Amino acid sequence: MSVKVGIPRALLYYHYYPQWYTFFDQLQVTVVVSPPTNKHILEQGIAYCLDEACLPVKVAFGHLAQLADQVDFIFLPRLVSVFPREYICPKFLGLPEMVRHSGLPLPPLLVPAINTYRRQSDLMAAFQQLGNTLGRPDGQVRKAARLAQQVQQEYEKLLLAGWLPEQASRLLLGRQAQEQQVRLATELSPSSPPEAPEQGKGRIAIIGHPYLVYDSYLNMNLLQKLTRRQWPVAVVEQVSSTEIQKQTARLPKKIFWTLGRLLIGAGYHFLSAPHVAGLIHLSSFACGPDALIGELIASQARNCPGKPFMNIVIDEHSGEAGLLTRLEAFLDMVTIAGGRAGASA
Amino acid sequence: MRVTFPHMGNLWISLKAMLTYLGVQVIVPPPCNKQALQAGAKWAPEFACLPLKLNLGNFIQAREMGADTIVMAGGCGPCRFGYYAQVEHVILHDLGYNYQLVVMEPPEKHIGELLQRIKYITGQNSWWQVMQGIRFGFRKACLVDQLEKRAFYLRPREKRSGSTDKALQEALATVDAASNWRELEQAKHQAMQRLDEVKTVQRPVLRVALIGEIYTLLEPFANLELEKRLGEMGVEVDRSIYLSEWINDHLFLGLVRGMRSSKAFSQAAAPYLAHFVGGHGQESVGSAVYYARQGYDGAIHVLPFTCMPEIVAMGILPRVSQGTGLPVMSLIVDEHSGAAGVQTRLEAFVDLLARQKRHKGAFA
Repeated sequence: MSVKVGIPRALLYYHYYPQWYTFFDQLQVTVVVSPPTNKHILEQGIAYCLDEACLPVKVAFGHLAQLADQVDFIFLPRLVSVFPREYICPKFLGLPEMVRHSGLPLPPLLVPAINTYRRQSDLMAAFQQLGNTLGRPDGQVRKAARLAQQVQQEYEKLLLAGWLPEQASRLLLGRQAQEQQVRLATELSPSSPPEAPEQGKGRIAIIGHPYLVYDSYLNMNLLQKLTRRQWPVAVVEQVSSTEIQKQTARLPKKIFWTLGRLLIGAGYHFLSAPHVAGLIHLSSFACGPDALIGELIASQARNCPGKPFMNIVIDEHSGEAGLLTRLEAFLDMVTIAGGRAGASA
Repeated sequence: MRVTFPHMGNLWISLKAMLTYLGVQVIVPPPCNKQALQAGAKWAPEFACLPLKLNLGNFIQAREMGADTIVMAGGCGPCRFGYYAQVEHVILHDLGYNYQLVVMEPPEKHIGELLQRIKYITGQNSWWQVMQGIRFGFRKACLVDQLEKRAFYLRPREKRSGSTDKALQEALATVDAASNWRELEQAKHQAMQRLDEVKTVQRPVLRVALIGEIYTLLEPFANLELEKRLGEMGVEVDRSIYLSEWINDHLFLGLVRGMRSSKAFSQAAAPYLAHFVGGHGQESVGSAVYYARQGYDGAIHVLPFTCMPEIVAMGILPRVSQGTGLPVMSLIVDEHSGAAGVQTRLEAFVDLLARQKRHKGAFA
């Protein structure tokens, strides 16, 4: 019987799953991923997490509860910094303690500190610590960590080419990991390669944290709603890091949140990109960084009158009807602004 | 150049002292008030925290009084405060307020950046004079804190209600009026004397610690005059953060000896939260442990709505409370906070503490 480690399908799962999976797989550890978010998971999250936390954190609690009696350990890294001189968000820094003191009954947690604030190479130390906790020899751990980082690079290339995270994971990790994955909606089938992200006029850009944009239960199938209406989408992960760097260099001060920096870089890029017809900023109620990031993007958007901009805020009380109404109105506005290729009155 | 800065409790006394000592023209915005909050809440992002909204209101009011330059602190995360100045500047710019922004923060590339910004404000003064200006401002900060601590002791014991507050306001005005070292020494004696005139009666008091986020702890308008309300209920309070201690910790890097340091709080937090979470989150957890050890009857955790580090602390504090036996109440404030609601909650909490203390007494 091999050791079973649970990974919650929440928060930065959407950014790092292939890397984490590969690392554990190389150490002969079985990975169990919690199922896609559903009503029950959300309810459990709300029950165990404090009211003041944001929706993504509450949902993460629900995913942890799902894994509780299925695995020997739960992987809950302390994500301090994933890019030099940057942080994620204070709630990520304190999440392990918030979980430990919540009263949620859980198997032992694996909590390596992922902190590349000083230098990128510190990531290796986190893997080393994790491997040692699992009792694996140093050599094996190093090898696994190297492969994991390679897989991560491949993954990011696929995202850049237009695959969405769970499609890219499936392509990359193959059959074995596939069983852990969800079936995706047919219109997002990974069987055919995606249209190059810069192609296809009249895209709607979705600017938001991955755990909202790719959790279709939380965002009430926003992506599918758009594609079903023949509006192709553009997402943050499709903007290259050099482009993000170029766009954020315009700011008077460096943004010290990694996700915020990506959002604002992508936002500025989409505002000037000819293939994007409108922008939707998707955020969760009371999201700290987004309150400031959103304001900076909105301020910039006010100077781009031809590009409608909409802010959608979701939480556990959001209803689908409200979202639909706003979405329809927004798409009408984009059409009026002349966004859809060939669309004319 | 007419310089303004945001309010945070009595910070203005110290900042004004420092800048005017160096011959800089200063415009102090009106004390935080309802108009400032309304203007700030109207234009600030909805989920920005109360401090940002009040800052913005201060700047809008100061602009109308003729200020043209903002001096503010900054930082490099992960707490949002580090990016406040820039966002506020963008909002003010979009509103058509033309402000020059000078942010004092750890430089991105070279210490020269920071020195250049200081020189921009202080102009022709030599570095020696700048140091003297900072020392003068710091001296006032220490004095203000001393007066406030004295008031914390007097309020629950005062004979005539309101007499402490009246004395404190007069004492603070005396300190504010001193414009050189000699006057400051005289002001110190006068101010202390003024507080000593408050008549007291000996009665049993409860001791409650105020812990949490720095701005909402220091700014009485933001916390709906928590210290005063509790004092009137017969509670002696202590605050986990004083301005002078904060300056010593963060600007002088602990150079001034014999002052309490927030490091002690971070260490005390270890069993519950062994990692920093930005802002004062870890210190909030640690200060609860600290005050429990000091034998306090309870603690009130004050934080602005949507404050990220303090939400982490809030998730952990119930466990600290369980572990140490210190009752802790969290009080979230924003532009919708109402005085009546806060008063009711404080009364209930204080009643609970009093009952617990009597109960303990009976079985001791």
